[in-house]
Amino acid sequence: MLSKRLIACLDVRNGHLAKSVRFVNTKDIGDPVAKAREYYLDGLDELVFYDITASSDNRKIMLDVVEAVAEQVFIPLSVGGGVASVAHATDLRLAGAEKINVNSAAVRRPALVAECADAIGGQNVVLSMDIRRVDTAIAPSGYEIVVNGGRQPTGIDALGWAREGERLGAGELVVNSIDADGTRAGYEVTLTKLLSEAVRVPVVASGGAGAPAHLLEVLTTGKADAALVASMLHYGDHTVSGLKRHLHEGGVKMRMTW
Amino acid sequence: MRGGRTVVANMLVIVDYDAGNLMSVRRACQEVGLAAEISADPERIRNAERIIFPGVGAAGSAMRSLRASGAADALTQAFHAGTPMLGICLGLQISLDHSEENDTKTLGIVTGETRRFRLSDPALKVPHMGWNRVRVVRPHPVLDGVGDDEFYFVHAYHPLPARRADVLAESKYEKPFCSALGRANYVATQFHPEKSGRAGLRLLERFGAWEGHA
Repeated sequence: MLSKRLIACLDVRNGHLAKSVRFVNTKDIGDPVAKAREYYLDGLDELVFYDITASSDNRKIMLDVVEAVAEQVFIPLSVGGGVASVAHATDLRLAGAEKINVNSAAVRRPALVAECADAIGGQNVVLSMDIRRVDTAIAPSGYEIVVNGGRQPTGIDALGWAREGERLGAGELVVNSIDADGTRAGYEVTLTKLLSEAVRVPVVASGGAGAPAHLLEVLTTGKADAALVASMLHYGDHTVSGLKRHLHEGGVKMRMTW
Repeated sequence: MRGGRTVVANMLVIVDYDAGNLMSVRRACQEVGLAAEISADPERIRNAERIIFPGVGAAGSAMRSLRASGAADALTQAFHAGTPMLGICLGLQISLDHSEENDTKTLGIVTGETRRFRLSDPALKVPHMGWNRVRVVRPHPVLDGVGDDEFYFVHAYHPLPARRADVLAESKYEKPFCSALGRANYVATQFHPEKSGRAGLRLLERFGAWEGHA
């Protein structure tokens, strides 16, 4: 049967690795290519690069980063951040990205998901969703989609948008809790389970990982197919192989040879 | 080198068609010392020393593209000429006779068909996406030493070879399904060796050394 996946997310700003706390106060923490290679050799299952460069003028830098990583990392590589057109998605694919993440632009114009799915195959289109907890008067499920790096509420119900994303052809969903993001206090397990049970495409849990137990919980109780981590690895508190061993010993099926 | 042809030794051709990420296959080949050329030219395909037939995407548009370029006939001819060939993912699927995807007549190098996953457990996701074990059921030089290694899959359709003898390996997703097949000088994997870490690179390296005899 399928193993659960451990995914490392690298936020890249102007070609450098950055890590944000609740989407603000990003700081530079090194070379994304070197980090990617290090994690790959330690057994990482998949990589996500998120371009958090404010200006689209620097798009070329991201393409260079993707190309450099693709030359030395032989696991699936997913890229997102500001993707608003099939042309941009195709450029990233040619640079070496396997999957393309769409986020705010798809909320503004849902047809983007279908267009990308037609152009590059639905299995390669990841709908990344930034979600916050709200009163059920705002969104019936109690969760609302936010855009533009988590700053702007939309009034769109997260559960409805997850189903719509699947219907439009997305092959995978990233469920990113902006309440949990950067807190290192654990994933939003209730939200992850809610969305994972609502769709038939794989769901990646994102935001809030701070301890190995958090991963175990979201991959079991939260029914996530994959767990995304960032600062846990980037600051050197944990290793890829250490996290995978913890999950494996906790009874989660993981890929343990590499 | 075979009979009197003027081809460059070890010329590996990656077949180009409307099927996505060919660069990742080429990069993985380079990593294990296999210089590869990406081409849709039927002449290059017929003269190749070995062929990789990769692909993601849909069977219908892939077959249209292969027929339009003449690569479809060239692939069949190369198979009958004994060229060692490796199919990957969609490449594997369209080597069979027919695909349920877009109800497409495919190359027919290996007898059988491709069908969509129909799973009874609603908790199991389609596409089958991620890392899974590959259990070798018939030893083959290209699959030598796979052991407990896992490989990366992403597909909603799976191959059903008509002849049991063509099944080289199986993986399990609710039920066992064929995850590698082969006949004579043709071998193919449903998973992506180019995205399967060092286990995948080792498989590509073995393909690079394979003479085309099962």
